[in-house]
Amino acid sequence: MGIIKVESLTRKFGTITAVDGISFEVQKGTIFGFLGPNGAGKTTTINILCTLLSPTSGMAIIDEHDCMTEPSKVRNKIGIVFQDNTLDKELTAYENLLFHAYLYNISKKERKTRIEEALHFVSLYDRKDEPVKRYSGGMKRRLEVARSIIHQPKILFLDEPTLGLDPQSRANLWEFISELPKKQDVTIFMTTHYMEEAEICDKIAIIDKGRIIAHGSPDELKKMVGGDVIYLKTRDNASAISDIRNIMNLETEEKNGEIFISVTRGDACIPELISVLSDKVISVRLQRPTLNDVFLKLTGKAIRAESVSGGDELKESIRSYRRKFEKG
Amino acid sequence: MRSDINAIYVIVAREFIKFVRERGRLISAIARPLLWLFLVGGGMTKLVSPDMGMPYIQFIFPGIIGMTILFSSIFSSISIIWDKEFGFMKEMLVAPVSRFSIVIGKALSGTVVSTIQAVVILMLFPFVGLKLGIEQIALVLCISLMLSFCLSTLGILIAVFYENLESFSVIINFIVMPMFFLSGAMYPVKLLPQVLSYFTRINPLTYGVDALKHAVFPEKKMLTHDFPLSFDIAAIVILSVIFVAIAAYVFERRK
Repeated sequence: MGIIKVESLTRKFGTITAVDGISFEVQKGTIFGFLGPNGAGKTTTINILCTLLSPTSGMAIIDEHDCMTEPSKVRNKIGIVFQDNTLDKELTAYENLLFHAYLYNISKKERKTRIEEALHFVSLYDRKDEPVKRYSGGMKRRLEVARSIIHQPKILFLDEPTLGLDPQSRANLWEFISELPKKQDVTIFMTTHYMEEAEICDKIAIIDKGRIIAHGSPDELKKMVGGDVIYLKTRDNASAISDIRNIMNLETEEKNGEIFISVTRGDACIPELISVLSDKVISVRLQRPTLNDVFLKLTGKAIRAESVSGGDELKESIRSYRRKFEKG
Repeated sequence: MRSDINAIYVIVAREFIKFVRERGRLISAIARPLLWLFLVGGGMTKLVSPDMGMPYIQFIFPGIIGMTILFSSIFSSISIIWDKEFGFMKEMLVAPVSRFSIVIGKALSGTVVSTIQAVVILMLFPFVGLKLGIEQIALVLCISLMLSFCLSTLGILIAVFYENLESFSVIINFIVMPMFFLSGAMYPVKLLPQVLSYFTRINPLTYGVDALKHAVFPEKKMLTHDFPLSFDIAAIVILSVIFVAIAAYVFERRK
């Protein structure tokens, strides 16, 4: 049995059905990705699994405990990195983690070692005594990941962990996250709307308008949209095409001065292609289907890339201004 | 049990650390009662006839302590709205601690912070011409602790129902200021028309200010207390229990 088990889970907000009868299972020690556009019902599902929200109907079981009837047992087993930052920016990084350690009733002996370990793990140990308000967006995220693992949860929920981060911070963060299942022995449940990020998942469920429209491993999903395409530029396209057709027995066509060949395993085909065409080849390009193609095929639309960060930062600065103003 | 005590401790510790770090908060919190005491109280002393038994500035002294507690308790509890808005509340809500201990933790945070401020104001008694003995000071301290707890739980109740910071001025204008004026802090509640006296009766600050008057003016005179001290304390305790119960219930209920 899976460590997370969800059956016909439904959540309505008034007349809107945010989550519409979804079922899935997550196996222990794997990375499970919940992929879909904003508003698809990803965060609602996470909030139900984290015991913050109750479902309208259906069932959610975490490590054999029911999220509805045994919330505190579930809370003991999970760690969460929410979509929005949930650190106290006035406190230092160390204090934020200490607060967490107390809330999760970690014994006095272990508090310090666990916090320091977690800070080393995300490379923030040197800046542990700085207030979090001086941290960059990427550092805050890393600190949240560190915080979420100090009570050694069995399952880690990551809700859009890289939202609003620059590409470099995103890459860094994924490095940490992909190491987690091995190093910390956790199962990861993550949501994202960045297709390329979902590639590290063992299993993916694609969700749209509250329903799971496909699930499987990234490779299984990509097979749904067909195989790889090899694009070739040669000195003599006509003779290259006839060579490919006659010697390699492959279907091929020419378009905009480029030859393209559809194959199931492009990476295995390229060496043969080069040896057959020898010195005629100018360049080779391999295109593999992406999860975005999968989503496009299933829903007829691409997942929108959204720039959430700008607006949020502004909102937050207005809020902190108000806060200061009103307190005085 | 152990986990709940840890949770309560760390919630109070967080608030206390932030209170100590933000010195501006303490200064502005102390400035308000000082303005009322010396500028309003000092000015009115010359207007109010001296045959009332005591100078006006002395009459409002317990009321100003009550005001300090009112504002700092409600403000401290309203930090829950900020915690909600900035997401920190989620960190507490997904932790394996009871909702009841979060409510108690927040209430005790408010209690600590506003009692400290009340003590700062209390220490000004020589400047308004009062003489207080050690027992009187101890009694003021006890009443301050109880009243701070009561008003902090009321603040939590308010914060639970208000979702965003925009409601802040609504809370100040329609809850905090009327509570202050209808508490007997600035004038005896007996002077109010009948309709308003119902509000003074359900106002926890009325009993807090009355209890503080007991402590500051031990002898019964024209402008001193209206109710027996035991009645004041019973009212504060009962209201606290009611507020805690409702707040914990509302917190426990999931959306």
